[in-house]
Amino acid sequence: MTVEPLWEVFVRSRRGLSHTHVGSLHAPDATMALRNARDVYTRRQEGVSIWVVPATDITASSPDEKDEFFDPAADKVYRHPTFYDVPEGVDHL
Amino acid sequence: MSHLSYARAMDSFQATIDADSRIEPRDAMPDGYRKTLIRQIAQHAHSEIIGMQPEGNWISRAPSLRRKAILMAKVQDEAGHGLYLYAAAETLGVDRADLLDMLHTGRQKYSSIFNYPTLTWADIGAIGWLVDGAAIVNQVPLCRCSYGPYARAMVRVCKEESFHQRQGFEILHTLSTGTPGQQAMAQDALDRWWWPSLMMFGPPDASSTHSEQSMAWGIKRHSNDELRQRFVDMTVPQADVLGLRVPDDGLVYDEVTGHYSFTQPDFTELYEVVKGNGPCNEKRLATRVKAHEDGAWVREAAAAYAAKQMERAA
Ligand SMILES: [Fe+2]
Ligand SMILES: [Fe+2]
Repeated sequence: MTVEPLWEVFVRSRRGLSHTHVGSLHAPDATMALRNARDVYTRRQEGVSIWVVPATDITASSPDEKDEFFDPAADKVYRHPTFYDVPEGVDHL
Repeated sequence: MSHLSYARAMDSFQATIDADSRIEPRDAMPDGYRKTLIRQIAQHAHSEIIGMQPEGNWISRAPSLRRKAILMAKVQDEAGHGLYLYAAAETLGVDRADLLDMLHTGRQKYSSIFNYPTLTWADIGAIGWLVDGAAIVNQVPLCRCSYGPYARAMVRVCKEESFHQRQGFEILHTLSTGTPGQQAMAQDALDRWWWPSLMMFGPPDASSTHSEQSMAWGIKRHSNDELRQRFVDMTVPQADVLGLRVPDDGLVYDEVTGHYSFTQPDFTELYEVVKGNGPCNEKRLATRVKAHEDGAWVREAAAAYAAKQMERAA
């Protein structure tokens, strides 16, 4: 038996929102993956649009490199508005 | 598409708009809607990246390491905003390279505010406070724009903008509580940036060409004059805290309406700058084109490296 490829499934729950990852499934091709995703992940009208992506096509950051990878942002507190003192009585800033 | 299915698709487009829901990339949409969005999002994207120039001008001369790090972070954010927006435009079936080409050849515009020079360090404060402040007033309603990808990009952008405005205010606050020379520098920056900031909201409603249709399509939520008023109402009390004088003799607070009445900017100046006759139009465009051309070898090297890696893997 040949192993069917794995597909990652993304669902847009309603117009205006991005597609969000909901899980994965095995299917022989994209069309089947889409239909099966509908049956598995949107049986209760959880979505208005589905994307399926071959899992092998996803390049992910490595968990082992997490620290070095994301560290550069850690010491840049000035990217946040809370870093700045706003004088008394100033609104809408 | 047949006539009948076209008509049905347009009905469902209108129903989505009427329900104040969002249009998404694969939906059918009228040609005019698509074109309007492409023009607006591209112009918005161009403004983000051209806007890096007047501020970038001061990175090497920021008065402290703290200010320098902040300014770099801000300019870096603006590049990111440009990217979000070009990506949103691409969901409408255009190519970023083509949009950049339109910018470089003057067939698409960017916000006129960036055609003014940054003469002193106080200008960096004034840009953050007034220009980013005005941009926020324009962008907050765009978070509810009828086109999903544009609205979502705006949510990200607005979240990032709030530090931009605060760091500008902080710069001016430091100057306006400093030496008489620093105070004068802060006042001079407000004097020069006030009127162009008011122009950022576009021509008055009576002579605004695209507004009505954009409102009907849910692309625009408030008129130019409404947004300008909102900006003035928010900003004038902030100027009071800074101890700076808004350069408008006609500025009066109306106790009854809770709004300021104010003098309109000279819109003939706006039209002149849009036409290309502002103080820095030529310089901004030339710098942008040069940056693009100077960066060609980087893009070529990256593509060559990727091709080589692929070859090795094969
Ligand atoms: Fe921005
Ligand atoms: Fe900004």
